[in-house]
Amino acid sequence: MAFLSNPVVFGLLALGFIACGGMCFYRIGRGPTAPDRAVAIDILGIIVVCFAALFSLKTGNGFYIDIGIAWAILSFIGSIALAKHLEGKGFDE
Amino acid sequence: MNSIIGVTFLVIGLLFNLLGCIGLIRLPDVYNRLQAATKCVTMGTCMVLLGVVVMSGFGAGIHTSLKALLCMSFILVTAPTAAHAIGQGAHAAGIKLWDKSVVDRYAEDHESEIDKKEPVA
Repeated sequence: MAFLSNPVVFGLLALGFIACGGMCFYRIGRGPTAPDRAVAIDILGIIVVCFAALFSLKTGNGFYIDIGIAWAILSFIGSIALAKHLEGKGFDE
Repeated sequence: MNSIIGVTFLVIGLLFNLLGCIGLIRLPDVYNRLQAATKCVTMGTCMVLLGVVVMSGFGAGIHTSLKALLCMSFILVTAPTAAHAIGQGAHAAGIKLWDKSVVDRYAEDHESEIDKKEPVA
């Protein structure tokens, strides 16, 4: 964790992940069809897990990884629900 | 030494994430975007979590390492599943392929299944 206490290294890493999230938000806003937005929401959910891991290293607290696990589970369930909705089925078929 | 290896893993994961998100923006089609983004972002996130495992170590920070391994295995299982479900939903919703796409195996298989099933029923 010696490198991440350097604010330049941490700032560059955080800026890269913010750029990833910004590209996902661009596709969510711009996407011509509904599945484009669904894909971008799925990818944004995984990138938030990366943010949780980075903050876990920065602060030295392990519970940020717990936040990442919970966010991954909720993002997976949301993606499955969006896919079922796109397919035109109900949630129990 | 551990922090050097860990930061290397973090940078590799960040590069994979950036390439996946550039693919999400630049590619022309839902299916191409799904292909590029899901694979690269899954690999990049697993690399970032592997960096967390290396930097936390298996001494005092073993709880963080085990939780990061759990999160990594969970993402490796669920992200391709969600991408497959979204692709199937997009195909069922009638989203057209790109103009220059050459083959659509899913539609061919689907038609052949329907042709086989209809005379039986």
